[in-house]
Amino acid sequence: MKWLWSALALLLGRGRRPAAPAAVERPRIVPRQPPSPRGENWVLLLLVLATVAAGAFIAVYAIDRLPAQTQLLGLALGLAFAFLAAAAAVASRFVVPVEEVSEPYPEPEHPAERDEVLQIVEESGERMTRRRLLKVAAGGAGMTLGTALVAPVASLGPALHPDALRRTPWRRGVRLMNSSGRPLRLQDIEEKAFYTAFPEHASHDELGAPLVVVRVDASRLDLPDGRDPERWAPDGVVAYSKICTHAGCAVALYRAPLFEPTSASPALVCPCHYSTFDPATGGGVLFGPAGRPLPQLPLEVDGGDLRAGGGFSGPIGPSWWGVRRR
Amino acid sequence: MIRGAVRYLDRRAGAAPLLRKALRYVFPDHWSFLLGEIALYSFLVLVATGIFLTMFFEPDLSKTVYHGEYAPLDGVHVSKAYRSVVDLSFRVKAGLLMRQTHHWAADVFIVAIVLHVARVFFTGAFRKPRELVYYIGVVMLMLALLEGYLGYSLVDDLLSGMGLAIGYSVAMSIPFVGANLALLLWGGPFPGPPSFEPRMYVAHVLLLPIAIGTLLALHIALIVARHHTQFAGRTRNERRVSGLPMFPGYAPRSIALAFAVAAVLVLLGGLVQINPIWLWGPYEVAQGTNGAQPDWYLGWLIGGLRLMPGVDVTVGGYTLVPNPFWGGALFPLLVFGFLFAWPTVERRITGDDRHHNLLDRPRDNPWRTAVGCAFATWVAAVFFAGSADRVYASFGIPYAPQIWFWRAVALVGPVAVFFLVRRFLGEVKRDEAAASVSPGPASQL
Repeated sequence: MKWLWSALALLLGRGRRPAAPAAVERPRIVPRQPPSPRGENWVLLLLVLATVAAGAFIAVYAIDRLPAQTQLLGLALGLAFAFLAAAAAVASRFVVPVEEVSEPYPEPEHPAERDEVLQIVEESGERMTRRRLLKVAAGGAGMTLGTALVAPVASLGPALHPDALRRTPWRRGVRLMNSSGRPLRLQDIEEKAFYTAFPEHASHDELGAPLVVVRVDASRLDLPDGRDPERWAPDGVVAYSKICTHAGCAVALYRAPLFEPTSASPALVCPCHYSTFDPATGGGVLFGPAGRPLPQLPLEVDGGDLRAGGGFSGPIGPSWWGVRRR
Repeated sequence: MIRGAVRYLDRRAGAAPLLRKALRYVFPDHWSFLLGEIALYSFLVLVATGIFLTMFFEPDLSKTVYHGEYAPLDGVHVSKAYRSVVDLSFRVKAGLLMRQTHHWAADVFIVAIVLHVARVFFTGAFRKPRELVYYIGVVMLMLALLEGYLGYSLVDDLLSGMGLAIGYSVAMSIPFVGANLALLLWGGPFPGPPSFEPRMYVAHVLLLPIAIGTLLALHIALIVARHHTQFAGRTRNERRVSGLPMFPGYAPRSIALAFAVAAVLVLLGGLVQINPIWLWGPYEVAQGTNGAQPDWYLGWLIGGLRLMPGVDVTVGGYTLVPNPFWGGALFPLLVFGFLFAWPTVERRITGDDRHHNLLDRPRDNPWRTAVGCAFATWVAAVFFAGSADRVYASFGIPYAPQIWFWRAVALVGPVAVFFLVRRFLGEVKRDEAAASVSPGPASQL
């Protein structure tokens, strides 16, 4: 026990040995400032607290199935950092010398070296006789090689085949299914409700797949020219691509009138940027940033089940240059 | 021991002269100079927590059925990416702490950068000879925004999928090349083949962090080469810089700040929930959440997309410029175009080609301050328009009138703010001049 104490005393006392007097007294660089025992005490205390908090983090981490473990871990680690921050802040004010030093800013420019750089470049080029020709040749080689190195980027995707954007799984006869895989039936479609449908036997995970299906009051139905209500809205049931023509989000909101005399007309609304489409007029834009209507899908009724009567009235999903507007 | 280490380094690397200089590098003092450091330390926290997260995250969009700690999702078809994030939140010890700290750090990182850019702008710190430092900083802001966007897009929850759909639409909307570019980036029509996820992943965990780290090093090296700017003072002028030396004065302060940043981020990560993806659910193209809000730093972009009236440029019934281009591409282009162009614009207009080491106080240059405030008003109006749906949900103020209001503010606000600020600062300057017969410290030079 005794030797342990003396070892500890030796270890702790190591730093307190007076520095050996320098052979020649050199001018100081860092000014001498009086010690601040109180400041040091605070730093010590804060360091001890940081140690305790960090230890608590290890303990909390080690104990399994602790309720609110995340909160306790955050609290312990956060406090450890906070105590360390406080210790360093107190040290910066009271424990280390605080001084103001001043020095000149670096030279704004170096004309002599600059001229030498130019001189080196010029003198190095003097050996060339057909400088322009060499420049053109080097430039040509460099640019061609650069293009060659960039060309494989085309492997990343079908960049030259934007027709892929027009493909959808919907064609004549494809049955409309709900998300749990049951056929959508005409008689089940109620007014003021909103149905999502998917093509039978096809992936749900492409922009062309999902539809919104709603029933519109026959008196309000006013489809664009050329869309025969028999074919596009049997019994007032209309189907549109569920993907907003503005920015590709799902048109996931339906504004159904709660009180007919005062409510706004029924509308399909996208929650991303609030493009609002009118289901009664072929998906025309009522409000918001969308630039073209929702593409409509013609419908057929087959023994009560809804089937696609053909492809969409326009390209689905977000617009790109060259897409048809209507 | 220190003597030995210094001797070793000096003999092997000739490091003593460099060390001698570095220890006494002068840091002029002002609280606003700490903003850049906060960004730096947030970046370190991001790297540290990010490394932990990569050990558990699976960048894989193939589908699986979730069976795990979070009962409400039991049996739901999710991607492996999404499942791995839910699992690292609930199954991995300290995983949720790391994830939430990472997310908070990203938000704080970008707050700090934006405020730092504002400080540099309003004090004229971007002027010669520090234009390069400024340009690099603005590039880092752009990369940080992209990095944050990719980070939350990787998770494949409903919110991130909607964000990606919007990003895809913005890419598609670029005239003449948009569709091709989007197909190239995504590898096919949205949501793209499963190979799209590793593309985002390698960008998020490797390419962008390396780019940001490299630019950060360059940014700091260029600052050191020209030394810090300073506000004018008794011992501070265009020729001499004064302040605390790096060692021993400044180092403990900066260390304190680093630990304080870490403390705040870890406390937030442990105590304040952020992005609870198990509530959003996995992404499916047919799903959407109402009141979808991205992280704050994308608010200006969603605001731009929401604010813009439904205008497409069409030629003969064919779209040339689809709508998302205005808010999603042109608007950020203008914002960053302004930031990049400003040093040149100011130099051209004022004809001031001098070397500047002293900072302006914002009032010293009312014209620049007014332009900056007008610009900030414009961006802020668009930013707030992005939260109109939350205001509708919380306070019942109808959505459409709010949008019209912010459209008006975005048009009229900047002009009004420009004249108000210029006038106000002109008066402040006059009062100052009247109050002190002897010239103030700023004009002593």
